[in-house]
Amino acid sequence: MIPAAFDYHRPQGIEDAVAILQAHGDDARVIAGGHSLIPMMKLRMAEVPNLVDLQDIESLKGITVQNGRVSIGAMVTQHELITDQALAVAAPIMREAALQIADPQVRYMGTIGGNVANGDPGNDMPGLMQCLDATFTLFGPDGARGVKARDFYEGAYMTERDDEEIMTAIHFDASTAGYAYEKQKRKIGDYATAAAAVMLTKDGGTCTSASIALTNLSDTPIWSQTAGAALVGTDCSPAAIKAAVAAGLDDIDPSEDNRGPVAFKYHAARMMISRAISSAWARA
Amino acid sequence: MTKMKVNLTVNGQAHEVEAEPRQLLIHLLREDLNLTGPHIGCETSHCGACTIEMDGKSVKACTVFAAQAQGADITTIEGLSEPGTLNVLQESFREHHGLQCGYCTPGMITRAHRLLQENPTPTEEDVRFGMAGNLCRCTGYQNIVKSIMAAATELNSAKEAAE
Repeated sequence: MIPAAFDYHRPQGIEDAVAILQAHGDDARVIAGGHSLIPMMKLRMAEVPNLVDLQDIESLKGITVQNGRVSIGAMVTQHELITDQALAVAAPIMREAALQIADPQVRYMGTIGGNVANGDPGNDMPGLMQCLDATFTLFGPDGARGVKARDFYEGAYMTERDDEEIMTAIHFDASTAGYAYEKQKRKIGDYATAAAAVMLTKDGGTCTSASIALTNLSDTPIWSQTAGAALVGTDCSPAAIKAAVAAGLDDIDPSEDNRGPVAFKYHAARMMISRAISSAWARA
Repeated sequence: MTKMKVNLTVNGQAHEVEAEPRQLLIHLLREDLNLTGPHIGCETSHCGACTIEMDGKSVKACTVFAAQAQGADITTIEGLSEPGTLNVLQESFREHHGLQCGYCTPGMITRAHRLLQENPTPTEEDVRFGMAGNLCRCTGYQNIVKSIMAAATELNSAKEAAE
């Protein structure tokens, strides 16, 4: 399986990379780890006359945790998310989710920037970013701008990012909230049939805040404000969890595919939301 | 289509190869450098038969363009032992029947090598999780896991003896 021919660019700085995108318009795309794009190019479902490799751009690398704020360069790999000690303390849900993505070889190459920027509804990080209320930095011809993860996704593979912009970094607050990322998949390496990211805080026996986001249950990730709201002020009793699950299911719009019919997707979603809430509550 | 010069180090040896940017790394290794240890299995980044080590990472060489490997330091199964000898992992796979047809074996051993570099004392669960990117259609995995666990023990006792 050989992709169509392309010209290869390896810019050393982000401005150079943007300049190449400006020069070629629709005929150029960036490549990060390549583990979504290269398979599509091999199948000739993606044609990329100019491939812009970001691997030499140092400013896109590294994880920092400073003053309660986490910043992750777009070229940070899933493997680095799993092994970074500071991140494991500041946002342990990142490690829990990254371990459920693909397989070891793919995680050495696959990047967080590629995972969130591609707009594939099957990807796990977009929902997680919405759960964490992350902000994405996009760098384009007019400089940098920030976009909230909760405002970024418009449809399958459709995002707020302009063609001439490159995602450079992801930022969110460190948190000690209880957390869980629960994912139902058919086999190792598969995308989710349904997955849920949950973070919640507890004071005494009462839930004081809750954030719930869902993966691969609509053509975008879904941050369910009503599901979270259904838990706040409760003791996360079975009845409260049932109400939150019902609210979450109201917000999704799954479609039938090789992972199952719509009714099964609702069933899997119900199980994942419910498990993630219970697990996050136990850790809060 | 214009070719580019790709400079890379493979098994400790520097190479300069003329390649189209779209050429896959697995083809460069097998066809230009005659390193046919890494196999082509599924060609869809699932099976792991093409696993190599690139800059300290286990990588599926069917999902990397030759151009991306410019400047990379690569190790293939050929670089893991001296010709005519078996390293500890290879010997362990032989001893514990960790292979039947052998097609997945170079990828299995190259991946297991990196796994043991990063985690010299894995549990059985660590091995199964760490080998999840390599498929085998013969063994049912039982003996592959056994081979890697035994190799870890062997490597650790050799290390202790040396200390």
